[in-house]
Amino acid sequence: MMGFRDLLDSIRLNWGVHPEGHKTLSNACAIEVMPLPDRLVLPLAQHIGAPGRVIVAPGDRVLRGQILAEAAGVVSAPLHAPASGRILDIGDYPVPHPSGLTAPAVILEPDGRDEVVDFVRCEEPLTLSAEEIGKRVAAAGIVGLGGATFPAAVKLSLGRRSPIHTLLLNGGECEPYLTCDDRVMREAPAQVVEGARLMARALGATRIVIGIENNKPEAIAAIQLAALPCAEISVRALPARYPMGSEKQLVEFLTGEEVPAGGLSAEIGVVVHNVGTAAAISHALRSGEPLMSRILTVSGAAVRRPANLRVAIGTPVADVLAHCGGLKREAARLVMGGPMMGMILPGDMVPVVKGSSGILALTADEIPGSDPSACIRCASCVDVCPIGLMPMEMAARIRAGKADTAVDIGLKDCIGCGTCAYTCPAHIPLSHYFSYAKGTLAAAERSRLKNEAVKKLTTARSERLAREAEEKKAAAARRKAERETAKRKAAEAAAQDASAGGQEVTA
Amino acid sequence: MLLAVASLTLIATVLGLVLGVAAKRFHVEPTEIVAELEAMLPGSQCGQCGFPGCTGAAQALADGSAPVTLCPPGGPALAQALADKLGVSASLGDMAEAVPQLATVREEICIGCTKCFKECPTDAIQGAMKQIHSVMREACTGCGKCVDVCPTEALDLVPMPATLGTWTWTRPACA
Repeated sequence: MMGFRDLLDSIRLNWGVHPEGHKTLSNACAIEVMPLPDRLVLPLAQHIGAPGRVIVAPGDRVLRGQILAEAAGVVSAPLHAPASGRILDIGDYPVPHPSGLTAPAVILEPDGRDEVVDFVRCEEPLTLSAEEIGKRVAAAGIVGLGGATFPAAVKLSLGRRSPIHTLLLNGGECEPYLTCDDRVMREAPAQVVEGARLMARALGATRIVIGIENNKPEAIAAIQLAALPCAEISVRALPARYPMGSEKQLVEFLTGEEVPAGGLSAEIGVVVHNVGTAAAISHALRSGEPLMSRILTVSGAAVRRPANLRVAIGTPVADVLAHCGGLKREAARLVMGGPMMGMILPGDMVPVVKGSSGILALTADEIPGSDPSACIRCASCVDVCPIGLMPMEMAARIRAGKADTAVDIGLKDCIGCGTCAYTCPAHIPLSHYFSYAKGTLAAAERSRLKNEAVKKLTTARSERLAREAEEKKAAAARRKAERETAKRKAAEAAAQDASAGGQEVTA
Repeated sequence: MLLAVASLTLIATVLGLVLGVAAKRFHVEPTEIVAELEAMLPGSQCGQCGFPGCTGAAQALADGSAPVTLCPPGGPALAQALADKLGVSASLGDMAEAVPQLATVREEICIGCTKCFKECPTDAIQGAMKQIHSVMREACTGCGKCVDVCPTEALDLVPMPATLGTWTWTRPACA
């Protein structure tokens, strides 16, 4: 039943869409642990930031939990072996990326012996200091598991830069089909709540708000029960509307404050983490085990047995689908993540990575039509844009080759949620236009940086050449001087000899 | 005759003085636009634009005899910056299709003569005498100077391969 508050909430919201949820396909499936595959493919770049630096070599035997690649920089995350076994290869392999390109990855063959490194357990993680929590989260290689894959520890250190008063826990899961966060909240609410308290401790936040969409009543009840003893935690039901799980929308809805354009939510004292990340942090700190697996949803009308699985990082998508009984119908499209913002996979050989919240095998009926017609200027996209932009106008400018003028009307504030393209009656690929424009702008910026670097190199080179010429000249002058002194000395010696000889003769 | 010589001398002296004063009085500093344009160019003197080095290119840009898209290593970003500077509109159409080039060493036939890395304007080639040379991708501008000097034709220019960091979405094909 819709309460008064819910009614107010839905009146307050003037953006977003209601895509068909398809959640019932998998939301009754309890999380099961998938056995290890024959081969794990572990890309070095599974997070936002610098790819990890490999510290193992092909042929090495590794233990479960051993570091394969260490964090390379401030914004980076280490990668751990999800199983004991042998490193078969380190090289370029297909990775989940819209480009379909290959990228460096470690190939690990599990040996089934499950030998582990010594994990440092902690019975009372809440007694750890804020710095220690941040350090252990960083060492565990935990990244934002909602799909953004930003290193969690970096976000936990934001409290040191600007004061954070509120931690928001995102249990929105507004993408259709995905149910893994729902299942985590139902099955491990205590872990989610403890993770939230740990993160709040690391941030110095005094208030925790857990937002859950009202299409997950079981999850709301479970979290409410688990959070009962903690006065600082409040649980809020959110209206089910896409993209409620987007950070900026969630912050604005739950705190009433808007995140500044181009800024971080930390600037207004709020940090958002996903519920799955909270559970992973609690698990990692208690058991001492780094992030080696994640929970994801396997769904879509083409999958024989939709499921919520705990899968080892690096498991190929083909193995995951096979575990779910394979495909019962032809899949028109394989998607990693949700259908709105997820990426279309080039094939099933790519692995599950830290950011994979779902694997969807969609039939032709489930994917939108792709033949666009002209814009009729109905402004539906303007109505639904959660940021309040004018997608049709931005797309028109980009089409005219003027991406820079699209920036003037907010291209950089676009969160790429795809709500506009979803709602467009003319099927114009609006989000594709924005991705394309953002890409060209980024490429122009890269080429500008390269030009600057080239300038530095050429100046350095001309300076070096000048210096070398100078040194050569100096060396030549020195040699000449030496030769002349030698000559003079020789002449003097000869003269002395001659005069001595003369004296001898005269004597 | 004396009168004629004297008057002409007088006229010449007066006019000379006027010109001299005018030259001092109405002196205009040579325009700095050439120097500014040259500062914007990569400065690698690679010659891909067809002018003798970046100074020549800057001169040609300043007097309008060369398009702003003349510099392949600079790419669309530089073309846009030059267009803004000169107040002209850049037609980047043909430039967008020009993929940046990268010099690559065919290791089987490289004899390690070091000629290429002495030629490279950005020190992008590494190596030593009698050792295989290699090209640093980040520093190479694809100017092709190394290709010209290689005695065994071991160097090729290939389109810069896309990586996850440089890949971008293509333009939507429709509507």
